[in-house]
Amino acid sequence: MWNELRSAGVIAALALCAGARAEDARRSGFDDMGPGTQAMQREDSSNPGMLSALEGESLWSAPAGPAQTSCASCHGEASASMKGVAARYPAFDTASQRPLDLAGRISQCRDQRQQAGPLPRESRELVALTTYVGLQSRGQPIAPPEDARLTPFRDAGKALYSQRMGQLNFSCAQCHDENAGGHLGAALIPQAHPTGYPLYRLEWQATGSLQRRLRNCMIGTRAEPFTYGGLEYIELELFLMQRAAGMAIETPAVRP
Amino acid sequence: MRAPAAFLALAFLPGPCQAAELVQYQIENGEIRASLTGQPGNPVRGRAIVAERQKGLCLLCHTGSFPEERFQGDLAPTLAGVGARMSEGQLRLRMVDGTKVNGQTIMPPYYRIDGLARVAPAFRGKTLLNAPEIEDVVAYLRTLRDDDAGQSK
Ligand code: HEC
Ligand code: HEC
Ligand code: HEC
Repeated sequence: MWNELRSAGVIAALALCAGARAEDARRSGFDDMGPGTQAMQREDSSNPGMLSALEGESLWSAPAGPAQTSCASCHGEASASMKGVAARYPAFDTASQRPLDLAGRISQCRDQRQQAGPLPRESRELVALTTYVGLQSRGQPIAPPEDARLTPFRDAGKALYSQRMGQLNFSCAQCHDENAGGHLGAALIPQAHPTGYPLYRLEWQATGSLQRRLRNCMIGTRAEPFTYGGLEYIELELFLMQRAAGMAIETPAVRP
Repeated sequence: MRAPAAFLALAFLPGPCQAAELVQYQIENGEIRASLTGQPGNPVRGRAIVAERQKGLCLLCHTGSFPEERFQGDLAPTLAGVGARMSEGQLRLRMVDGTKVNGQTIMPPYYRIDGLARVAPAFRGKTLLNAPEIEDVVAYLRTLRDDDAGQSK
């Protein structure tokens, strides 16, 4: 009797899993990479993005500002205090009444709490700290906050995603929804899930942010990119994170 | 009902909607019959434009018989045989502005500067190809009569 029940349960569970898998056609860019690049991401010792995380780790405990505080002075061990944080960004910032991405929050903390001045977008330090904080969520499912104040911004991101732009007149959706899995010249078009950022891009020979990646796509369509830190990028990120909800954070990922 | 009708009328109105520098053209029954330059294009130059990735961009999406171009995309039908499938006027309209043929197409409009958003300063007010280049490409596409030509590598 018990055995029967148990096997029935196993079968039901298997059916559920299979159902979930069949429904979820989402693929991380990782799934589309060659085995060599996948191995490079998987092994911390060969993942160049880990250098940025290591630099972030030392910045985490480096004193700065008039009070010579470090991130660690207030936040303690990042492995405890920063766990899961990257999975729920961008988040709404009550002070500025707008959403902030993780890099924006870190820069704000450094400016206003550490009083050591903001960190410029895409600066080595900001990318390093964001990578280190992001690493504390590696493997965790993306979990956008249920905060109604974010909704209009996420909707704006969705609209941007479907808007044609640039001299070539492409929308993000035309490539990443309608033609994902196809080849644009030699490049395989991924589904554009923001699971791995900041990440090491072989083409950059550096670790960079999601905004840098989006900037590349916009330049590719011969559009004028938004300014770094601009609200449009954060709106796009809100939409992309919602679209990728439940997928695992890979920071720092590796991409071609 | 009124607004879409007005929009359509505007979209198909030749002349006044186009910027002064662009050659004016007329769309009739899915074709632009008249050459943009008044002359036939040069198919040899047209082939070079299509094959050259940076210029024509065609092979980012299309395939065709271009053994010298190794990384051809797979987002669009092969160009092989297209000269038999389509008339010269249809090919010209497809090149000038493919969105007039299919509003959802991913193929860029090669001879249009209006109705584009956030164009980078370096490309603003510039068409992807100029009128003689459009004619060269049309002349080349007209020569693609053989369906098998694209398959051979
Ligand atoms: C003087 C104390 C102090 C210092 C120094 C400080 N922070 Fe903060 N930080 C805070 C406080 C307080 C909050 C708000 C916590 C909250 O809202 O729950 C915060 C919030 C954050 C958050 C958002 C956490 C969340 O759950 O949304 C991040 C990320 C962060 N800090 C990173 C950093 C980094 C990186 C540094 C070093 C560059 C730093 N902080 C330095 C006090 C500090
Ligand atoms: C013409 C097609 C095209 C358009 C339009 C386009 N992209 Fe991309 N995108 C690509 C390709 C190709 C790659 C992968 C590049 C590579 O591997 O070299 C990519 C990569 C990405 C990635 C990285 C995914 C990962 O796994 O890290 C994101 C995110 C992304 N695009 C978002 C966008 C957004 C948002 C837009 C609109 C602003 C956009 N793209 C417009 C073709 C496009
Ligand atoms: C970004 C992708 C893209 C680029 C670049 C592109 N095309 Fe296309 N093209 C398409 C797609 C997709 C179609 C299929 C029809 C549609 O979408 O309306 C198409 C259709 C065509 C057709 C009609 C074919 C048929 O059988 O109906 C011709 C001719 C054509 N393209 C020529 C060209 C030429 C020549 C170039 C370069 C100067 C070019 N295309 C560049 C995507 C592209």
